[in-house]
Amino acid sequence: MRQFSQSPLPLHRNPYVLSAFCTEHNVKECLSHLNQEVLPLGLPPVWAESGGSSELNVVAVLNCMYDLIQLHHKGLRTLENMEVEQLKSSSNVECLQLTTTRLKEQLEVSKRENTGLLERERQLQLKVKSLQNCLKNEKEEVQKLQNIIASRATQYNHEMKRKEREFNKLKERLNQLLVDKKEKKQAIDVLHSIGRADGKRSLWKTEKTEAKHEGEMYKTLLSDYDTRQRELVLENAELRKVLQQMKKDMVSILSSRKAALKSDKHDHSGLQNASEEDEEEVFDSSKESVELSCVHAREKLTNSIRLQWRRLKNHVERLDSQVSLAQIGERKNTDAVPRETHEEEMDRLKLEIQQCKDFIQSQQQLLQQQLSCPCDEEAAPLLNDCFMLQEKNRLREEWKTIEEQRTIFERERRNFTEAAIRLSHERKAFEEDRAMWLKHQFLNLSPFTDTKKSALSKSKSAFLISAETDPSAALPLDNVMKCHSDRASPTPRSVSLTSSSTADLYRTFCLIPENSSTKPKRKNGQAEESSIHFSENVPIQYKHWNDSEEHSSNVLFEDKNSSI
Amino acid sequence: MNFSEVFKQSNQLCKLSPDGKYLATCVQYRLVVRDVSTLQILQLYTCLDQISHMDWSSDSLFILCAMYKRGLVQVWSLEQPDWHCKIDEGSIGLVSSRWSPDGRHILNTTEFHLRITVWSLCTKAVSYIKYPKACQKGLDFSRDGCYMALAERRDCKDYVSIFVCDDWHLLRHFETETQDLAGLEWSPNGCVLAVWDSCLEYKVLLYSLDGRLLSTYSAYEWSLGIKSVTWSPSSQFLAIGSYDEKVRILNHITWKKIAQFEHPATIDNTKATMFKEVEKRPAVGSDEMSLLNISVGTTLFNTQSKYEIYPLPVQIPVVKPDPDRANPKIGISVLAFSSDSRYLATKNDNMASAVWVWDMQKMSLEAVLEQTSGVRCFQWDPRRPRLALCTGNSKLYLWSPGGCVSVQVPTEGGFQVQSLNWHCSGDSLVLLGKEQLCLCYMDSD
Repeated sequence: MRQFSQSPLPLHRNPYVLSAFCTEHNVKECLSHLNQEVLPLGLPPVWAESGGSSELNVVAVLNCMYDLIQLHHKGLRTLENMEVEQLKSSSNVECLQLTTTRLKEQLEVSKRENTGLLERERQLQLKVKSLQNCLKNEKEEVQKLQNIIASRATQYNHEMKRKEREFNKLKERLNQLLVDKKEKKQAIDVLHSIGRADGKRSLWKTEKTEAKHEGEMYKTLLSDYDTRQRELVLENAELRKVLQQMKKDMVSILSSRKAALKSDKHDHSGLQNASEEDEEEVFDSSKESVELSCVHAREKLTNSIRLQWRRLKNHVERLDSQVSLAQIGERKNTDAVPRETHEEEMDRLKLEIQQCKDFIQSQQQLLQQQLSCPCDEEAAPLLNDCFMLQEKNRLREEWKTIEEQRTIFERERRNFTEAAIRLSHERKAFEEDRAMWLKHQFLNLSPFTDTKKSALSKSKSAFLISAETDPSAALPLDNVMKCHSDRASPTPRSVSLTSSSTADLYRTFCLIPENSSTKPKRKNGQAEESSIHFSENVPIQYKHWNDSEEHSSNVLFEDKNSSI
Repeated sequence: MNFSEVFKQSNQLCKLSPDGKYLATCVQYRLVVRDVSTLQILQLYTCLDQISHMDWSSDSLFILCAMYKRGLVQVWSLEQPDWHCKIDEGSIGLVSSRWSPDGRHILNTTEFHLRITVWSLCTKAVSYIKYPKACQKGLDFSRDGCYMALAERRDCKDYVSIFVCDDWHLLRHFETETQDLAGLEWSPNGCVLAVWDSCLEYKVLLYSLDGRLLSTYSAYEWSLGIKSVTWSPSSQFLAIGSYDEKVRILNHITWKKIAQFEHPATIDNTKATMFKEVEKRPAVGSDEMSLLNISVGTTLFNTQSKYEIYPLPVQIPVVKPDPDRANPKIGISVLAFSSDSRYLATKNDNMASAVWVWDMQKMSLEAVLEQTSGVRCFQWDPRRPRLALCTGNSKLYLWSPGGCVSVQVPTEGGFQVQSLNWHCSGDSLVLLGKEQLCLCYMDSD
């Protein structure tokens, strides 16, 4: 049977091949197959095998066919229905899909609206809060103002009450005064007036005093402004100095940095300009000190300070950024080298620091040893000084030389002063001598020459010796001469011992031969004088004339002894 | 530190002479003049009535004694004890009396501030000044004694008159832009006059000596304003204390505020030192409480106290003022600069037991002294930066940049120090109690 079932299957499937199923040879098999097929459909069997007859039950077959056709129709109908149903349902589905999409969209829209509304609600709440705060503040403000008003009101009331009390007192006093018949007048009762504090008499009030008061007032104000201005000028100068110092420091820092960053091309140009400007500004700073009060100089200084500060700031920022970049390690090639060198530098410095520390340590130890080690009494001071010994010796020698030089200088100075004094005295003596000589020249014309000539030379020497031994001897002699000249006659005054009188002397000599009347008088006077000086009786006579000049008398004694 | 014995005085009238040689005290109607170093009585004068006010003349030769009730002023001479002078204001009454700077004129303010009578002791002449204003400080003499500034009120407007003290010549007279002038003060250099308004309006006006308005300063509006004003001795700063518990410092070049010192109840975030007075009660055992002890020593009840330094933050006790009363006890009522202008001491009225010391060089708080009771009086040493204060108990407190010290005044009978005055040399202090006085001699450093 399987064979049959298998073979016609493809034929069943193919609706166009209808006749290939049953042929004359396989009728029975076909019938049995058909039975098998029909039975599950619930139809009576088309062929009963037990009949033994291979004849077809036509009725059964026709019924079967009819049933099958009915079934087929039913199937078709159901198929139609189902198709309809399917169409319906598919359209339903489409419809539903459309509605779902529409509803989704609606949902989205409404969600968005919702969030928008929430947002607005939030904002409104914030606004409400802020408004509440404002309200609170305003309430507080109002409360504060109310408090202020209240305190002001209490203050006003207090003042009012006080004024009212005073007014009442005034009214009472006025009443009292009106009632009181006897009025007590003002009076002052002083025992006696006292003087003014400054002892001066008081002035009437006039326009002059008023003007004076005005003047004094303005003077006070001006002096105050003056002192204040002076203080401010000083303060200004100080601040300016500080600013200059700051600028110099900044310039130096920037210029030193410039040398270090020469490799950085980016900065180079900028710094070049900066250095040029720096030089220019440094040069200008010397000028600035001159134009202290000039507004432009002041502005220039502050501007340059600002510029330098900004540059310094930029520089520091740049350095900071460089450091941070180096830490991140982005630009390795450009940073690796500096970093390595930097590290090397660091190590070297550390080593140096360590070395220095060790050195200091050893020094300290030695020093400690020095101080703490118990030396002998004798050696200790020597040892203590031994470090300074060389220095001390050198200083001592220098000191010695300086002392020597000082003594030499002192001596020289003394010599110079002595020489100067001597010179002045010599000059004076010379002048005296000259005058004397000239005078004697003149006197030589008189008959009394022979006794004086010898004495003249002696007198000269006497003068010289006296000048040498006692510089002050010349002076009393001067006085003597002068007082004698006073007593004798006016003309000897012309024979005074000053250089200017030599001209007079010459004149007198010229005059003498002409004016013979005056000659004897003069001669007498001078003879007196000469006798005073050059006679042996000088000391006694001298004593009579001038008792006070004892000093000079002593000198004359000396002169006499030395010369004669 | 040495304390003298206790002497009697009345009415807190006890003044040292300007030259520092004499001490004048009033006991009822007697005037007692003592030598400062020996405290021996040199002169004794008797007045006609109880003395209300007493003052030395600037040359320390004369003393005026005013008896306000009788309207009398008596002047005594130190050099000639038998010299006498009596000024009778008559029916017009007397409210205040003071010396002029030259020591030869007396200015009497009549009752109701009707006028000021200027009596000359040299010429017995009288001058009158009309319409003086009755305010907190309506009259001030410049430090050199050349000028007098007087506040006047005419036709509901405030004026200031500047007089030359030499001959009372009116130099300048100008109107001020104040609502109700409360006070005026010359700067120590005599070139600027500070004029301030009453507490209802915060306004300070600065006038030059020749009457020009230099500047106006107003910190805020409406709230109660200025309570106290003081110049620094160098004339560099003007300190204004106000009811808002702040002190504002103006500088003399621009007359603008350069610093503001606040007095908060909680002190934090400063480098200031906080000194707190701590009392130590001596432990008294019951067996020691014999009658003898109690009668002999009120020192038993005198508690020792010392200062302790407290770390910040610190709370200062605040007493809230009664809001319904005028002139509330809040705000900076006392300001005092030290003689070198280096420090400023302030007192806030609602923290009455604290004294605040500010450093003017750093413009910051230097120290806060908290006492056990309200501070009554404080004054700077005229020679060095040393502050003496008293709180109404029997102790004297001293602050200097080096530290703080509390000294017990060793007197029997409980001497309550109510006010104090330094001697012009800074070597001694006059302590005034209710009816007593005592001198305190400092160690010479």
